[in-house]
Amino acid sequence: MAKLPTPQMLVASRPNFPDEPWIDTKPEFTPGSYCYPAKKETMELMHMPHPHEWDPAAEDWNLPENWEKILCDAFDDRLARHRSLKLFMDICVRCGACADKCHFFLGTNDPKNMPVLRAELLRSLYRRDYTMLGKLLGKRVGARGWDKEVVKELFSYAYQCTECRRCSLFCPYGIDTAEITAIVRELLHEVGLGTHWIMDPVKNCSFTGNHLGIQPHSFVEIVEMLADDCETITGIRPKTPFNEKGHEILFITPSGDVFADPGIYTFMGYLLLFHELDLDYTFSTYSSEGGNFGSFTSFNMAKKLNAKMYAEAERLGAKWILGGECGHMWRVINQYMDTYNGPSPSHMITPKSPITGTVFKNAASTKMVHIAEFTADLIYHNKLKLDPSRNDHIVTTFHDSCNPARAMGLLDEPRYVLKHVCNNFVEMPENTIREQTFCCGSGSGLNTEEIMELRMRAGMPRGNALRYVQQKHGVNHMACVCAIDRATLTPLANYWAPGVTVSGLHELVGNALVMKGESKRTMDLRQEDLPNVTDDEAEGEE
Amino acid sequence: MFESLLLVLLIGAIAWAGASMGLASLFGVVLPYAAVVVFIAGLAWRMMYWAKSPVPFAIPTTGGQEESLDFIKQDKLDCPSTKWGVFWRMVLEVLLFRSLFRNTYAEVRENDPISKGPRSIYYSSKWLWCFSLLFHYCFLLVFIRHFRFFMDPVPSCITFVESIDGIMQIGSPRFFMTGGILLAAILFLLGRRIFNQRLRYISLVNDYFPLWLILGVVVSGICLRYFDKTEIAQVKIFIMGLTHFAPVSAEHLNAMFIVHLTLVCTLLLYFPFSKLVHMPGIFFSPTRNLPNNTRRVRHVNPWNPPKQFFTYAEYEDAYRDAMADAGLPLEKQPEKAAE
Repeated sequence: MAKLPTPQMLVASRPNFPDEPWIDTKPEFTPGSYCYPAKKETMELMHMPHPHEWDPAAEDWNLPENWEKILCDAFDDRLARHRSLKLFMDICVRCGACADKCHFFLGTNDPKNMPVLRAELLRSLYRRDYTMLGKLLGKRVGARGWDKEVVKELFSYAYQCTECRRCSLFCPYGIDTAEITAIVRELLHEVGLGTHWIMDPVKNCSFTGNHLGIQPHSFVEIVEMLADDCETITGIRPKTPFNEKGHEILFITPSGDVFADPGIYTFMGYLLLFHELDLDYTFSTYSSEGGNFGSFTSFNMAKKLNAKMYAEAERLGAKWILGGECGHMWRVINQYMDTYNGPSPSHMITPKSPITGTVFKNAASTKMVHIAEFTADLIYHNKLKLDPSRNDHIVTTFHDSCNPARAMGLLDEPRYVLKHVCNNFVEMPENTIREQTFCCGSGSGLNTEEIMELRMRAGMPRGNALRYVQQKHGVNHMACVCAIDRATLTPLANYWAPGVTVSGLHELVGNALVMKGESKRTMDLRQEDLPNVTDDEAEGEE
Repeated sequence: MFESLLLVLLIGAIAWAGASMGLASLFGVVLPYAAVVVFIAGLAWRMMYWAKSPVPFAIPTTGGQEESLDFIKQDKLDCPSTKWGVFWRMVLEVLLFRSLFRNTYAEVRENDPISKGPRSIYYSSKWLWCFSLLFHYCFLLVFIRHFRFFMDPVPSCITFVESIDGIMQIGSPRFFMTGGILLAAILFLLGRRIFNQRLRYISLVNDYFPLWLILGVVVSGICLRYFDKTEIAQVKIFIMGLTHFAPVSAEHLNAMFIVHLTLVCTLLLYFPFSKLVHMPGIFFSPTRNLPNNTRRVRHVNPWNPPKQFFTYAEYEDAYRDAMADAGLPLEKQPEKAAE
């Protein structure tokens, strides 16, 4: 990885707009500006169209011979399938309200990273083929034809968008760049252009159930190790049920939480919580990936990976599914799952908390509940014994993940939980949280090492907001409800606000949870010393 | 940005010349009928074109707290979960430009004393919202005021609008506030396109042309009322003739009136083929017009392809022995599967 400039240098080095109009500027592919291409074998294995070897830095991308026809036909097909696409091509007035709402634009000052221009890249092609004025007047009215440079440009900017939808919140017509980006990525996959960091996890999720391609027995082993760690910390070894039939609940969380620090501590939080509740649940190795890398590729790939959830719930006879903390996983579950793969298996029921009796009517059809909803309900009904002082060593803020915020509206549930498990909670500035939250800058399949500087640029608005509360209020921790965030916010915090640690919500729950029969806690879930152990001891002796 | 101004001036000049050359009936009779037909048919075609494509997924942008637990307060306007909620969200969006109201202006500082390093600050920025709202409402009121030319007798509500509009009682004929504000709002919208670097960079002829055109309509209209005063009674007789499909001669009409009418007709002709279709378009926007209830109610995709995925049976076949060694429950034990 190339050495990063300092944050000040990064901010100062954002270039001015070019002199020539955007339609005449060409994308540049220098190391660090692009994600590595998907391997030919991976694309073949996933039956993607036109797999081929190519290199973004090369002049020739080895597109299939009839690439233009493929793309034109695919575009036509998408227009026929998605009203949103037709509409978003037609109604933009270029008012510019979206421009400085995009974290990629703020961090790069590249005009084509303004959501309006990102869409205009496609809209210019639409104008030539689908509007009378574009056909007649061409470039004068912003219309242009396909050429290989345009394909490169689409690739460049479709992978400088994290589909976070912040622009769609501010757009007076609700034009959603995530929709445009998703469709452009679909078009590019039609001519065999994909990225390694997305397609490899897609392949792994499809065949092994998790994005790293860990085989079932190893997956179980890792979870057992996490359970051992739980025992070291609490004296209680939580149960780890796998692939068992006849349980009430199937629990699915992003597999990153099984492998990657700091997600593993969130996973330990789940284990402890479920054990304490004596929850009737099981994990599945087959459907062990909550995240959906297919959703960064195409709608059909998202459907294909998502299909395993209901299939496994049906096979295991689970009555409903509890979902872990994840961002785009919840975009898929909340807005796509039921449409893709519903109706849910007939034996499933509207989720009902076995502990509180609360019926989650808002999930009556998908039968899937978010863990933050589940835990907030437990806390509200006083079903958990919590000692928030165990998190007194942290002053935490909360990062709303894009998808739960703007494609679901999960805002107050995690905050409710957080406030009950932590004594010190500070919000970041109001234009950077809740529905206006800024992306970590690496979502939708961009959290790959080779574009680290670009990621830090895209993470600038989030990084700046974090640094502000760090310096002003002494914040040293950021909680989030997204596995990609847990992986990406750590380097982001190290870069923009060194000294801030990142964790999932349920790691903090696991810390604060007072379990029946537990040994005295001296360590948090990271096996670091708890700050106020002596106080606990004094209470214990009374 | 100025070539579209020249185009508007050219259209005006042609209309003027046409009126002087005795072609007033072409511009005053044929063109308005054609324009109205194209406008209505064009918009209908555009809406049908949109409607032909399905809405495969329910993708509302949630602008607030979802409907979830009883003790968590839902933001029913920005994150509606019912049809009524969506209705009110759309009312706010269409009538008050709710989303634009959120607008902020981002300033990025390299060194900020509080952050001791870079800091981004987001200032509330309501100018665009304010002038857009003024522009659209004044345009609407001016349009409504014009109904006194289309109707006889003039309904009292229109007379009322006029009396409010002229309540300042400045000048004779009375100055209509809406006309003045509309002019100011157009100049603001044009000004930001010309002077704001970002806006200038993204603006196309397609953006300047409608602004210059509407400016032309407004300026010619203001001229007709205050400066190059036209004979109102004749205009009314002429327009009533048009609306009753019994057109009277346009020859005696003021050339400026023909210019005004021609520019309005140009706007109608241009409308269905331009970004101005955002007017009906907003009602179709799937990020705004759908409830956030997709976990409660299944949204159906008419082209939903058949399910194709790596099934559990295939998975167990691939990893059966390892799974058995790990003690995982199996559908078929290895020895059974081998048979």
